[in-house]
Amino acid sequence: MVDTRFALYPPYGTDIPNMNDKNGNLETAAHPENLRRVAIDPVSRVEGHGKVTLLLDENDRVHQVRLHIVEFRGFEKFVQGRPYWEAPVMVQRLCGICPVSHHIAASKAMDMIVGATLTPTAEKVRRLMHYGQILQSHALHFFHLSSPDLLFGFDSDVARRNIAGIAAAYPEVAKRGVLLRKFGQEVIRITAGKRIHGTGSIPGGVNKNVSTEERDYLLKDIEQMIAWSRDALVLVRQLFEQNLDLYNNFGRFKTHTLNLVREDGALDLYHGGLRARDMDGNTLFDHYDSRHYWDVIFEDVKPWSYMKFPFLRSLGPERGWYRVGPLSRVTQCDFIPTPLANQARKAFMAFAGGSVAGATMGFHWARMIEMLHAAELIQELLHDPDLQGNDLVSKGQRQERGVGVIEAPRGTLIHHYKVDEHDQIVRCNLIVSTTHNNQAMNEAIRQVARQYLDGRKLTEGLLNHIEVAIRAFDPCLSCATHALGKMPLQVELLDVEGGVLSTLARSADGAFS
Amino acid sequence: MTDTFQLDGATVSFEPCQTVMQAALTAGRYIPHLCYHPEFKPHGSCKLCTIKVGGRTLSACTMPAEAGLQAESNIEELNALRRTLLQMLLVEGNHFCPSCEASGNCQLQATAYELQVMTPHFNQFFPDRPLDGSHPDILLDFNRCILCELCVRASCEMDGKNVFALAGRGITKHLIVNAESGMLRDTDIALEDKAMHVCPVGVILKKGVGFSVPIGARRYDQRPVGAQALDDAPRPAISGSCDACEGKS
Ligand code: SF4
Ligand code: FES
Repeated sequence: MVDTRFALYPPYGTDIPNMNDKNGNLETAAHPENLRRVAIDPVSRVEGHGKVTLLLDENDRVHQVRLHIVEFRGFEKFVQGRPYWEAPVMVQRLCGICPVSHHIAASKAMDMIVGATLTPTAEKVRRLMHYGQILQSHALHFFHLSSPDLLFGFDSDVARRNIAGIAAAYPEVAKRGVLLRKFGQEVIRITAGKRIHGTGSIPGGVNKNVSTEERDYLLKDIEQMIAWSRDALVLVRQLFEQNLDLYNNFGRFKTHTLNLVREDGALDLYHGGLRARDMDGNTLFDHYDSRHYWDVIFEDVKPWSYMKFPFLRSLGPERGWYRVGPLSRVTQCDFIPTPLANQARKAFMAFAGGSVAGATMGFHWARMIEMLHAAELIQELLHDPDLQGNDLVSKGQRQERGVGVIEAPRGTLIHHYKVDEHDQIVRCNLIVSTTHNNQAMNEAIRQVARQYLDGRKLTEGLLNHIEVAIRAFDPCLSCATHALGKMPLQVELLDVEGGVLSTLARSADGAFS
Repeated sequence: MTDTFQLDGATVSFEPCQTVMQAALTAGRYIPHLCYHPEFKPHGSCKLCTIKVGGRTLSACTMPAEAGLQAESNIEELNALRRTLLQMLLVEGNHFCPSCEASGNCQLQATAYELQVMTPHFNQFFPDRPLDGSHPDILLDFNRCILCELCVRASCEMDGKNVFALAGRGITKHLIVNAESGMLRDTDIALEDKAMHVCPVGVILKKGVGFSVPIGARRYDQRPVGAQALDDAPRPAISGSCDACEGKS
């Protein structure tokens, strides 16, 4: 019998529905043969290699915009045959940016395999690790990667639009970014054993608790982290106040959403049921058991991209794409279960008549709300004596299939394994956050192309607008180079025969040639 | 009565029938090794223990200690050769430490740290040998075997079971399971067997254990391999006899 839970939709080799757009959505040009091709090719050093291609006519009108990301498919093959208990550690290698998210999602899947119900200590240590990851990842993204765009302007002087420029002009902002991130990494080190490639989370639990010394070491800085997270929210709000039109409209598009929520509708980044809402706010499903995600989500393939395009089954492959991540989580949950972040959420949802909640740039604000939430949760957990418990691992009835779903910094992350009677993994399916956002990112950059590029000569500043839109989602590829403005970019204008008309290149040191 | 020899300029005393390796370890002087194990007859296959005596290279684990011997071990010339041997072992198997459950308990890794191997240097072989997960309690990952034969010796000499063997020659040499099916489930191996506890790398694994020992509490997190080898050395000096001199004393 064919196991449809692992089948691709549509199966390889069958005709892919014609995606030629008739309504100007810029996915596929009607007559590509007459157009110039422009490729924005950021060569990244880690897994997430991204590239944007544009097709322009002789009047610089944009006809087609596509974001291509080379996905992590190789891993699903690589893990086959390996013992199941190795997966939570091994999967961290597929992403140098948020290894802890994969570590935890795979562990949750393996909890199912070993039939475990986690002990309170195990779940709390894992949550602590996860919140440390959220904190460090969001801090990295906001302070290191995005603040140069936000504080200097999207087409500001490229020479200073980077973290070094921020350090010179806003030393306090840069310093806080570094220290927030460092704190998150310390939480990870203490719970996972190492800052990267830790081993703390294992099938059925964790391999260590948090000692009182470790707890006290983290507690001494946590108030400061909460205060700085609150300050970051003030900064984001100011930026929105100063640039309301720009931020509200930049790359704005309507979208369905997907995220996990707790049983009572609260934001929960570690565990919950799936909630999907359509672009008008109608609920498509709620509290859906994520262990059966394949009943509600399917993955489409398109001939021009290696990355799959997940969609909500009930809406079909063409209309069913959706957006995940901080903006979806913060706007779609009913409340946030920590007081300061909940207050911040209310302010965000009410700002400018609620319009920011639908803006692509709203991602940045939502991310800072989550950073505060993570800091509050870390504080709460550190005061919980269960962290010092010694009941670390549990086991139960062995299962064949394991699904682990969490809300990673960038959005919903799904790990799905099948393990045979020899304890070896026979199949694996991963849907990473950036894949969920594949179509949504494409929509955002098409919108930016319409708004800013259409009919204009390309410049570095315009090019950066595309990057700003991609960066709002915090996909792996933007972090891959670890510093904004240092992403090597190459843009080539080609004629119809593929001959190079002109090139624009930015080297890793930010220089243009 | 004890005789002495010189190792790297220091005087090492030895008992009759001791090898250079045994005498050196007992005297608190580490000579790098992989296939030597204090509880088994020397094997002399990994060559990591190579020392120089009068310009000739010899294996310290098989060389009987002799009075007046002038041996060199901890010299850059030999350590460079040892690093090369380790690099060859590291590329020949799949030794991906960040995702290997033996990391921190692995003698190959610990010895590479001890001798400061910084890069693999050679191209990886990336062997793709299927794992044997057929036994309910034990899993074999053949892709990490360094052919030291410790499991073969342990199973044969101590467990009396003969579960493992090496087959093939030269580059095709590999570990096999002594069963008609070739599967571990068809042997009488048990978790308590000595063969379960001697593998210096991560081939013979108790199922489900994985990464349950946290980083910081693993064997070589505590003390480097050199210091631990000295702890494990037979002490007080073994007296009495071995097979070779049975009846002579
Ligand atoms: S399995 Fe381990 S003990 Fe046996 S020969 Fe290979 S490396 Fe040596
Ligand atoms: S330890 Fe002497 S040859 Fe291996």
